Amino acid sequence: MIAGFLMAQAPPAEAAPVDYWSMVFVFVLATFIGLGVIRRVSRLLYTPLMSLTNAISAIAVVGSIVVTGADSPRAIRILGAVALFASMTNIVSGFLITDRMLKMFKKQ
Amino acid sequence: MTHAVAELAAVLATALFILSLYWMNDPKTARHGVTAGVTGMLVAVLATWIQPAIVHHGWIVLAIVGGFIVGIPLSLVPLTAVPQRTALSHAFGGLAAGLVGTAEYFLGLTENPAQLTTFRTSAIVAEVILGFLTFTGSLMAAGKLQEVKWIPQRPVTYPGQNVVNIGVLVLAAALGVVVVVHPTAAWSGQVFYAIVGLAVLFGVLLIIPIGGADMPTVISILNSYAGLSAVAMGFVLGNKLLVTAGALDGSSGLILSIIMCRAMNRSFTNVLFGAFGTVQKTASTGEQKAWKQETVEGAAQLLEQASLVVVIPGYGMAVAQAQHKVRELYDQLTKRGVTVKFAIHPVAGRMPGHMNVLLAEADIPYTALVEMDEINPEMPQCDVALVIGANDVVNPAARYAKGSPIYGMPIIDADKAKTVLAVKRSKNPGFAGIDNELYVQDNTWMLFGDAKAVIGELVKQLAGGSGLH
Repeated sequence: MIAGFLMAQAPPAEAAPVDYWSMVFVFVLATFIGLGVIRRVSRLLYTPLMSLTNAISAIAVVGSIVVTGADSPRAIRILGAVALFASMTNIVSGFLITDRMLKMFKKQ
Repeated sequence: MTHAVAELAAVLATALFILSLYWMNDPKTARHGVTAGVTGMLVAVLATWIQPAIVHHGWIVLAIVGGFIVGIPLSLVPLTAVPQRTALSHAFGGLAAGLVGTAEYFLGLTENPAQLTTFRTSAIVAEVILGFLTFTGSLMAAGKLQEVKWIPQRPVTYPGQNVVNIGVLVLAAALGVVVVVHPTAAWSGQVFYAIVGLAVLFGVLLIIPIGGADMPTVISILNSYAGLSAVAMGFVLGNKLLVTAGALDGSSGLILSIIMCRAMNRSFTNVLFGAFGTVQKTASTGEQKAWKQETVEGAAQLLEQASLVVVIPGYGMAVAQAQHKVRELYDQLTKRGVTVKFAIHPVAGRMPGHMNVLLAEADIPYTALVEMDEINPEMPQCDVALVIGANDVVNPAARYAKGSPIYGMPIIDADKAKTVLAVKRSKNPGFAGIDNELYVQDNTWMLFGDAKAVIGELVKQLAGGSGLH
């Protein structure tokens, strides 16, 4: 997010270059970690898994915060605020419903 | 200083998110997963919010409060409505990605054209296409699942559909290339709007040919798209945490899609472009055997005298909200020393794991829920297979009927049980429109009626009639 805001703020000449190759690197590694971890998830829990990963990927909220809170034109900040609202809805409902479902899984 | 805080927070949040998913490998530890996820989220949000670039706070607070106002009721929906809530949350995820991508593009266009490098503009285009197609596609899926009136439930197909769909997507991608090559031309903004419009259209077109039985797969695929759109947003904003979290979500959706496809013996492309439920008019064969109907009394007696009962739930149980009655039946039978197991087909219901959650809600211990592959070897020893609102997942035609759309799909071997009791709402064939010969087998007896009412009657019979036998 830092890199993102630096790019948004700094004048073009000094814009911190984002190292895109390292981002691709992170993406590939994270995908493999994801495949490894998700494969072990209990089959019983696929529904809560989906609501949990949904809440986690709503980390996109940090992008929306940057867009909404930065000193940008009004129209752009409106888009950011709507995105922020959408992500926040996912975070709140995602974590709450995951917990609600997981509470129900009892051994005996 | 704040930079270091942000980087540290991102690393911490990444670790917590991975742990969160790791703990989902066992129902015993799964709730720690939620705690870890919430903590990671809080850390990441606070570290972003304190950055000096964030100068306007009012709207942020407002949007967060709005998120709580809408999010809390959405988390309290009945569990039968969880598939549509999930689809809706994919829609929100896609919308957020699409809007942030749009904002970033126009910010670059109007304020800082140097930002629109080839790589970044490509990421923005990918983010916007993925985001908006996930948005409308998931909204359509949610609408179908909620049975919203003006959205057709049955698959809508027309000649040349696939050509139209692929054409729309290719056109969007081609315009994307144009914007990447000329990111700051006078007309680039208009082209960008066209891309948004095409992505919105593509999402709708992609989902209208899809029917209820394919929903578990489609929701998983949309899950994957929502994750990928978050990844693209991470590339646009240069944010590794976003890339990581999006990749985790994307790979989860991918794995679930593969599992769902395998459970239906279908490929990705077949689900998305095959329009299930339209081509099986040929299924009816020769002689029609008749159903044999059983009374509640007779069924209760059969169940009571069994030593192993395997319950096979399907979407019909969810629709009838019969899970609590099923729990009462489970109690009545286990009280009498009958072993009761639940056979769960991966695609039973409308989303992955749907049946498990419904049965868990009714307080049925998860140790009684058995996967298809584990229960099938036991089916010949099963005295009564009680099919509740499941149809295609127990249809023996999947084993040999080559022309059938479910041919090759792994099924629960209900037909191998000594006796089959099938609870069915109506005498119509199942979703795929295929006759199910399980119902006309010699050892099968039908119980027609709403699942909740029928199971309730069975429970009453068992509870009241314990002295009779």
